[in-house]
This record gives sequence, structure tokens and C-alpha cells, in this order.
Amino acid sequence: MTVVLNQTFTGISIGAVLLLIALGLTLTFGQMGVINMAHGEFIMAGAYTTYVLQKSISSAGVSLLVALPLAFLVAGAMGALLEWLLIRRLYTRPLDTLLVTWGVSLMLQQLARDIFGAPNVQTAAPDLLTGNISVGGVTFANNRLFILGLALLCVLGLTLVLRFTSLGRRIRAVVQNRDLAEVSGIATGQVDRITFFIGSGLAGVAGVALTLVGPIGPTMGTNYIVDAFLVVVVGGIGQLRGAVITAFALGVLQSVLEYSTTVSVAKVVVLVAIVAFLQWRPQGLYTLRTRSLA
Amino acid sequence: MTTATETPKTSVSLAERLRVPGAFLLGAVLLLGVAPLALSDFRLSLLAKYLCYAIVAVGVSLAWGRGGLMVLGQGVFFGLGGYAMAMHLKLADAADTGQKLPDFMQLYGTSDALPWWWKPFANPAFALAMTVLLPMAVAAVLGFLVFRRRVKGAYFAILSQALAAALSIWLVGQQATTGGTNGLTDIQGFFGYSLDDPVNQRMVYFVIAAVLLLLMALARQLFVSRYGELLVAVRDSEERVRFLGYDPANIKLVAYVVAAGMAGLAGALFVPAVGIISPALIGIVPSIGFVIGAAVGGRASLVGAVLGAIAVAWAQSTLSDEFPAAWTYLQGLLFVLAVGFLPGGLASLGAVLRRRRTSKAPAAKEPVAMTVGETA
Repeated sequence: MTVVLNQTFTGISIGAVLLLIALGLTLTFGQMGVINMAHGEFIMAGAYTTYVLQKSISSAGVSLLVALPLAFLVAGAMGALLEWLLIRRLYTRPLDTLLVTWGVSLMLQQLARDIFGAPNVQTAAPDLLTGNISVGGVTFANNRLFILGLALLCVLGLTLVLRFTSLGRRIRAVVQNRDLAEVSGIATGQVDRITFFIGSGLAGVAGVALTLVGPIGPTMGTNYIVDAFLVVVVGGIGQLRGAVITAFALGVLQSVLEYSTTVSVAKVVVLVAIVAFLQWRPQGLYTLRTRSLA
Repeated sequence: MTTATETPKTSVSLAERLRVPGAFLLGAVLLLGVAPLALSDFRLSLLAKYLCYAIVAVGVSLAWGRGGLMVLGQGVFFGLGGYAMAMHLKLADAADTGQKLPDFMQLYGTSDALPWWWKPFANPAFALAMTVLLPMAVAAVLGFLVFRRRVKGAYFAILSQALAAALSIWLVGQQATTGGTNGLTDIQGFFGYSLDDPVNQRMVYFVIAAVLLLLMALARQLFVSRYGELLVAVRDSEERVRFLGYDPANIKLVAYVVAAGMAGLAGALFVPAVGIISPALIGIVPSIGFVIGAAVGGRASLVGAVLGAIAVAWAQSTLSDEFPAAWTYLQGLLFVLAVGFLPGGLASLGAVLRRRRTSKAPAAKEPVAMTVGETA
């Protein structure tokens, strides 16, 4: 029983990381159908922000707290810039954005290599986050709990923004029907840019969280990006609750499979499960009901 | 676009009628005559490698350029073909030296018996058939499931990409039977011919060049056939094709499976040309690489896609050694510019410039109508 609980917690913490990354993607992917391969590099930008801050502030706790909003701004600004420079020119060809943003991600990785060097770097975690809490034989690592809390906080914040602010209403309107939103007087271009800012900023926050559980390197983003896209596809494009459920479900599935088989077999089984799932619900867990044919 | 929209005209000029066979002949002379005479053994073996990527690009041009299917997992099929071939060659090498097992299995292996799924690959006919049939079978199963449920656009792209990730991770994990990260390396012979001999390396080049020409001819026939017209129609307006009474799922499935078979064959030929197949050659990054070459050259144009694939592979291996950092920036920039601002690829550059010159008015139509029905 302890083993099961331990594995479940590991799965949930994998899910929390996935969720943090996928949150930003559901926004950008959901709103514009844009596959942003450079999303992984925004994660990297957030992680390096933490690294630089820790170099200059030295107190791990303070630098982590400062890093969270700062990484959001840094990654968000990069995302908004990318949207303004390239993505808004490619609305009619959403699939092509995948290749274009992949080119961008190559350049950003090289940029990181030139600035910070190719080898991975590490940040020190605050003392508070290095220990464990044990409840009835089940061990909860503090840093994992922190990431879980952060992920849930981000979901909560995003839900509140989307549901109760006028910005959120505009974003939802554009997701549901871009043309109708536009003729209703919503500046869709502006909404797109803000959405991209928020989505990319969340990637930066995810990057800060990842510094607690792994090394920081130029290619760290690519390791997570495909899994995060799968979360969005299974959850349903543009659907927050779909992403939340899917991220945790995939995390737990992955961790249980890894325990009973091997990491590599687990990956394959998860993929097969996803293809099977899409047979049942080709549009994902939650779908936006529209009258469009496609 | 130009080839697919051609309608039979009553009076076609001789030059027009000879254009395609002439171009084909020119390509054959260049590949089979000029290149082997002009290039050193080393350069020719490099060209053989680029031509393998070009074979994949032929399939990409069919599935993506004509069918609008973003095939981001061609590495899977390339890898299946490559591993099928490499498994046979490793077994043949082992048999030649009187060993029971391939060398890497003796190193990492836990048992001294050959795994059951390796055994049939000792038969050359079976292994050769598998290099094409195995990728096609995987593509058929995945394609059937995915297209039948109308999973398309970005969803399809991500699924095919995840497949590439899963296969390469799985191969790395099964080190005892697949060679793990190293892959299958150090291949000595190719159906009884030693690959150390430069003459035999040249022979491999001729096989690859001939296969490329053959597949280009096959793809060209598909492009201009009724099926080719339907495929373009599905790309541009899937719903309309469905309303006309066709099943878009089947049309897309054929393109996907044929492209997979071509990638498998390319992988099989890559093994004797380069002497290695490994997970690093078939994962997410190389899979995107297969598509990029076609995108830069011109996805919907067969010649454009092939030349693009060769040019990108050439640039990759030439420039990345000398200027690794600068090359990565250039590569990224190339993709951004080629895909973002020249969707027809370099093949459409002439047409775009001509239109610019003749009329200052904004272009009425994009050179290639992409993904109109896929905005979902």
C-alpha cells in the first residue's frame, strides 16, 4: 500500500510539472492553433533567469521568490516578441508555425549555449525545500510539494483571469469564434499578443520550478515539450480542466508503468494508450462544441 | 501545383511534352554518370547519405506537400527500415566470423540465445521485405486509427512526433537486444560484399541513386494520376471531397503508407552507405529534419523537395563541422525564412519573383494553398 501511495505521489508530481508546462500551451495552442515548439525554450529562459538571479542575490530562498515573477516577465516578453515578429503572419497556416518556431528554438538554444556555455548548470534549492515530510510511511519531498502547489496556484490564477476579468472574456471569445469576436469589436490581434504573453510567461514559471528537480541546460526544454503537447491534445484544445485531469492522469500512469516495467516501455505504452483514447474521443477529453465542420 | 492541375490539352508543344522526361534524364545522367566520375570515394559516400535523405523527402513531398499531412515521425519508418536491414547485416557478419551472436550482444547480452524476433532476419529475403513492409504496416495501423476518427492537423503532427520519441526511447532502453544508444554499428558486409572496399561503396551509391530515381518516377506518376488530384483536393478542402462521395481517410492513408515505405527503404539503404543506425538518427530532431529539407526546397514540388533535402544535408555536414555555432543560427534562420516567408520553398522563388516584377499589385494567391481546411 505504501508503495502504491509513493508511486501515486511521484506520478502526481510528474503530472504537476507537465501541467505547468501544458498550461501555457493550452492557451497558445488553443487560441490560435499555433504549435509553438519554442515553448520549451521559454522554459529554459525561466530556468536560466533563476540561475542568474541566484548568482547575483546568493540567498536561495529570496532568489527563488524573485525569480517566479521575473521569469514570468522574461519568458512572456520573449513570447510576445515571437508572436509579433513571426506568428501573427502565419495565422492562415498554423501547421507551418511548428517548423518556423522550431527554427526559433534552435537559435535560442544556441544563444543559451553561447551565453551560459554548453554544460548544464545547477542552482541550490532553499533549505526549506530540500527535506521530506513523512506521513504514515509515505514520503513527500518538499520540492515536489512546492511544485504541486505552484501548479495548482497557476491553474487557480488562470481560471480566475479567464472567468472573471474582461480580458478573460475576450480571450474566451476569440478561442470560441475568432471571426465573430472580431466583428463584435474585439481587437483580436491585441488579445492574441496578451494570450501569448501569459502562455509563454507560464512556461517561464515552469522553468523556475524545474530548477528544483533537475539541471539547467540549453536543451532542457525539448525533453518536456512533446509530453506537454500530448497533454493538450488529450485534454482538448483550449480546455483548462482537460489539461489538469490529463496531466495528472498521464503522470500517474507513467509512474505506475515505470515502476512495474521500465522507463522506455512505459513511454511506448502511454503513447499507445493515447492513440486508443483518441479513438474514443478524437477531439480530446473536453471539446468546445461549435458548428464548424472541421 | 503546376503538375497536378495540368489538363490534357489538344496541342502541346514538343518542348512541353519533353520537359519531364528530359529533366528526369538529366537527373539520371548527373547522378549515375557525372557524380561518380567527378567525386572522390569519400565525397561520393557522403552524397550517398544525402540521397537517402532525399528518398525520405520524396515521401514527405507526397504526404505533406500534396496531402497536407504533417508527417513529423518519418524517423520511425526510416528507423524501422534501417534496423531491419542492420539486423540482417549484423547476423550475416556474425555468421561470417563463426559467431553465434552479433558482437554487441556478446558484450551487453544476458543470455547466449538469439532473441526470437531477431531469428527471421537471418533470412535475407525476409529482412529485405521487412525494410519496406514493416514501416508500411505500422503506418497503416496508425493511419487507419487516426484518419478514421478524423484526427488531423496539429493533432496528427503531434501524434506522429510522439511516435518518433517513443520508438527512439524504446530502442535506447532495450540495450541488450538493440544496441541501446550506440545503435547497430560496425557493419562489415553487404550481402557478401565487403563494405571496406571502395568499389563496393561505389556500388552501394549506384543502388541508392537508382532507387531515388525510380521512386521519383513513381511519385511523379502518383502526382499526375487521378489519385494525385484527389489527394490535393483533400489537402485543400477535405469536407468538400467528403461531400463528393469520397472517403478522405482512405486517400490520406495511401499517401501516409507510401511515404512510410519510402522512408523505410531509405533507412535500409542508409545502413550500408553509412555503416550505422542508431536512436539518435530517428528521434524527434532528425524527424523534423526530414521535413525541413522538403520545406526549404519546396514541399509540393518533387524536384524541389529532393534538392532541398540534399542541400540541407550537405550544408549540415559541411558547415556544422567548421562553424558549429554559426551553422545553428543559420539553420534556424533558414527555416524561419523559408517556411515563414516562402511557403512554396525555393522551388517557388522564380514564380514569386516573376510575379513581383510583372505586377506591383499584391499577390492574389499564395504560391501554394496550404492547410485551408485545417484551421479547425
